[in-house]
Amino acid sequence: MKAVTLTLNGEPRQLTGAATLAELLGELGLDPRAVVVELNRHIVRRTELAETPVRDGDTVEVVHFVGGG
Amino acid sequence: MREVVSGTETVLDQPLVIAGKAFRSRLFVGTGKYRSNDEMVSAIEASGAECVTVAVRRVDLDRRKEAGILHHLDPARYFLLANTAGCYSADEAVRYARLGREAGFSDFVKLEVIGDQETLLPDVTGLLAAARQLVTEGFTVLAYTNDDLITALRLEQAGCAAVMPLASPIGSGLGLLNPYSIRTIKRRLTVPVIVDAGVGTASDACLVMEQGVDGILMNTAIAEAADAVAMATAMRRATEAGRLAFLAGRMPRRETAVPSTPDRGLLA
Repeated sequence: MKAVTLTLNGEPRQLTGAATLAELLGELGLDPRAVVVELNRHIVRRTELAETPVRDGDTVEVVHFVGGG
Repeated sequence: MREVVSGTETVLDQPLVIAGKAFRSRLFVGTGKYRSNDEMVSAIEASGAECVTVAVRRVDLDRRKEAGILHHLDPARYFLLANTAGCYSADEAVRYARLGREAGFSDFVKLEVIGDQETLLPDVTGLLAAARQLVTEGFTVLAYTNDDLITALRLEQAGCAAVMPLASPIGSGLGLLNPYSIRTIKRRLTVPVIVDAGVGTASDACLVMEQGVDGILMNTAIAEAADAVAMATAMRRATEAGRLAFLAGRMPRRETAVPSTPDRGLLA
């Protein structure tokens, strides 16, 4: 199986086993209800995370709310 | 309209309504720059604010202890208003607004499009473009803007639910620099006007509310105070005092004195 490399929050990241965005969040130890995922600049709804595959060269952003004015 | 109960702070005001959402407190507060999350939570509680602003940022994948703000603020208790702080173009601001809507609990967004790093003053061209786009996407847009009437009018025409002119630059603590502009914007707009940014201490908040605006939003003045909880309390009272003074209607300014004690009955 070909190694999958993403750009994840601006950094290159090699996937070990995750094939979908939901599995990626699981690998990162993140609760999908607490974050929002953007795949190649498009928001992926929480309900679609499990069926959205990650592919070599994808750009993924994982964001959440922090303090701000 | 008003109900008087015994004691202090008793004259009840109308709630502030933005796009059908009612707020009893006219003080909105930010959640940035606090020394600790505990202090932030205590200060927000002391402020009496119902609407608190939050920002969208990358999850820090290396330091998991830097948990999101939802671990500290209960979204059932506070109305979370996502901002687009740090955005320097309309496209960026629209991107952040969409992420905030997806992360959050409403279609409200505090729209900021910044034009200059030193002053953090708004880029009004980008702001108007982003506001128009977000309104077409169904957002309830609260637009952070200059104390400029023409931009404020155009934001209202663009469909913004509230217009948020600055008192002075973000984080400056310079207070209300142009009361005339703020009064004019309030007089000419139909949508709520919420003064956002620049207050430094309680008298600034009071003076802002005395101009008749619908609300006030602040962050640094509370977060950077030596005692944030005490300042949050002061800001709550100042916001109420200024609002009540506006509703009460101040006496006229006179160039000459008028005695408070009767002249009649003076001894010959």
